[in-house]
Amino acid sequence: MRFWKTAAVVVAGALLAGCGPPQVDQGASGEDKSTGTLRVWLFDEANRDPKEEVVNAAVREFEGEHEDVTVDVRYIAVDTRSERFTGAFNDPSSAPDVAEFGNTDLASYVAAGGLAELDTMLGNWPAAQDLSESVLETARTDGKTYGVPWFTGVRALYYRTDVFEELDLDPPRTLGEIAEKARRVRAARPDMYGIATGGKYTYAMMPFIWAHGGELARGEGATWESAVDEPAARAGIEAYTELLEPDVCPPEQCAQLTGTESVQAFAGGKAAMTIGGDFNRAAVDAGAAGDHYDVVPLPGTEPGEIAPAFAGGNLLGVLRSSDRSSLAKEFIRVLAGKKYQRDMYEAMGYLPTFEDVQNQVSSEDPTVRPFVETLQAGTRFVPATPAWSEIDAQEILPTMVQRIVTEGELGPATAEAARRMNDTFRE
Amino acid sequence: MTAQSTLTPQRDGAPEPSGGSVRPRRAHRGQARTAALYLTPAGIVLVSVMAYPLYQLVQLSLYEYGQAQASGGAPLEFLGLGNYTQLLGDPRFWMVLLNTCGFAAVCVAGSLAVGITLAVLASRVRQLPRALLFLAALGAWATPAVAGSTVWLFLFDQDFGLVNEVLTGIGLTGMEGFSWTYDRFVAFALVAGEVIWCSFPFVMVTMYAGIKAIPEEMVEAASLDGASTWRTARSVLLPMLRPLLVIATIQSIIWDFKIFTQIYVMTDGGGVAGQNLVLNVYAYQEAFAGSNYGLGSAIGVVMTALLLLITVIYLRVQRGTGENA
Repeated sequence: MRFWKTAAVVVAGALLAGCGPPQVDQGASGEDKSTGTLRVWLFDEANRDPKEEVVNAAVREFEGEHEDVTVDVRYIAVDTRSERFTGAFNDPSSAPDVAEFGNTDLASYVAAGGLAELDTMLGNWPAAQDLSESVLETARTDGKTYGVPWFTGVRALYYRTDVFEELDLDPPRTLGEIAEKARRVRAARPDMYGIATGGKYTYAMMPFIWAHGGELARGEGATWESAVDEPAARAGIEAYTELLEPDVCPPEQCAQLTGTESVQAFAGGKAAMTIGGDFNRAAVDAGAAGDHYDVVPLPGTEPGEIAPAFAGGNLLGVLRSSDRSSLAKEFIRVLAGKKYQRDMYEAMGYLPTFEDVQNQVSSEDPTVRPFVETLQAGTRFVPATPAWSEIDAQEILPTMVQRIVTEGELGPATAEAARRMNDTFRE
Repeated sequence: MTAQSTLTPQRDGAPEPSGGSVRPRRAHRGQARTAALYLTPAGIVLVSVMAYPLYQLVQLSLYEYGQAQASGGAPLEFLGLGNYTQLLGDPRFWMVLLNTCGFAAVCVAGSLAVGITLAVLASRVRQLPRALLFLAALGAWATPAVAGSTVWLFLFDQDFGLVNEVLTGIGLTGMEGFSWTYDRFVAFALVAGEVIWCSFPFVMVTMYAGIKAIPEEMVEAASLDGASTWRTARSVLLPMLRPLLVIATIQSIIWDFKIFTQIYVMTDGGGVAGQNLVLNVYAYQEAFAGSNYGLGSAIGVVMTALLLLITVIYLRVQRGTGENA
């Protein structure tokens, strides 16, 4: 009995220390086939048909140009993308050659060793010179580019024209005026939120930080340092949390709101303002507020300024395990090219990433103008480090906002958020 | 055939002439071997589905192991107990642990109290009310956790919920627009209500079966001896129900300690500023949503160890009182 116990302990110890947990060898086979099936993953959408039509047209064009090549497009759910990409990285044989992904996921996919570098491809592609620099910046990490911006999205300020007219208000010209006008709306119309925005709507808070001259974090490569506890960032956070007060958007209702829920509240007629993206227009048009709203760029701290917006958007990239990488890059040049970006804008309303195409669409369609103005005023991005996905998943910033709102104190919450961010950066 | 093999050692042992010390020993050995044989199939299944994952869990918890390491983007780094010291040094972990223990205790006590009360009630009422009671209980039991939580959320919605409407309707105007998920303790109470609602049926059915299995003669004899109802319950019924009660309690402890769905759905991933986090949701957020599997495994190991500890202590205490009674 004794012997068995000792033996078991020894064996278990040896197993635990000796051989480590499983790891995948990500290295590509080195092959670069020019025929066969090119596997593509794109995101599924609530209303996918128009997107699918554009994609199918691009696929037909590509297949016409390449003999013996078929393109197999799969649509994956956005909610489960993390599992799907994790699976693709862990089992290269089931991975696609080309994939669409959100630009905030880029750094962690690169760190996982899953994506191929695209700098040479972009250098050889004349059209790439017209890509918006601040959007292209979201496809880079550590100075290398790993994705081609397919479309972008920015947020601006939606407001109810009928309510503002009735109360004789002008649209806010500064961030400070947003709180002021929101209070006046709620005082006159207690059934409405002055502005619908939430504790979990981090992308609405970021422009407040940036407009006040603050940063989320500073750094380069492996040495990032949180900046949310610095005075400038704190001024921005304070201005944002001022919107989550009983006389604007009561914390009982708004502390838990996400971006989508904030826009829904506005679309449903429950709020006089909200911060929403160009991609939210269809939802607002379909709601009760659909006929009575307008959009202006989110103002900065001084009249005439535009607060730097978060540059959201999706990229197309090539998986490192792909054995058809040349074909994959050629396919991206077609699908993310000017022609199909324009078609995608018309089909889905997604903003193009080429500046000349942006100008074209905004001169034709006035409703998209505030978004293009915001884009061209310069956008910002989250820290390009894989730690950001973790910070996001751990809800460090929403927790910070919610603490400020419930405790009424700024200092301890920003200090704790900075500490937790730094812990994650240093892991 | 199997019956024969159990009997063999005894038969062999019976004619053995030489002294008492050898016989029981050999019989004991033979029995142990037979028992081992019977347990082998279950053992193989358990080892293959439990031992390997447990081994992986412990192993992962000793490494810096995130998505980058799993898919070969970064080298493996052996941390030893690094993940554990990080975890135990995090004040949030202790807050969450306290939340979990308190919340689980309330849920266990609540489901036992409700389950036992209703089991007693069911054994006393007539067939129709009993059938209705069981139907309601089984309905709650059969409802998937996500669906149950969502329905409860609808009922307690601050703007459109039936509960607020009724409360306002009977004159409690303060309840108009009351948020059930904003205050920490109110939110915990609401989730505990849902958990008790979906876990009392197990206790109720188990205890009902136990009560029905007690021979009526026993109760009759007790009352003939002049025992009061309370005395009968305490000294006759309870000891007979004890084994079932122990099982129901341990099951409840394990379930309620591991609560995930209800908290995740009803408090929207841990409540305002994470005030309603419990260990399982915390592990998911810290580790799996952020793809930090090493730390997640460490939380898993700590949870497993805690559950084992609680169960062992509970069993010890039970055995102690059982012998005293």
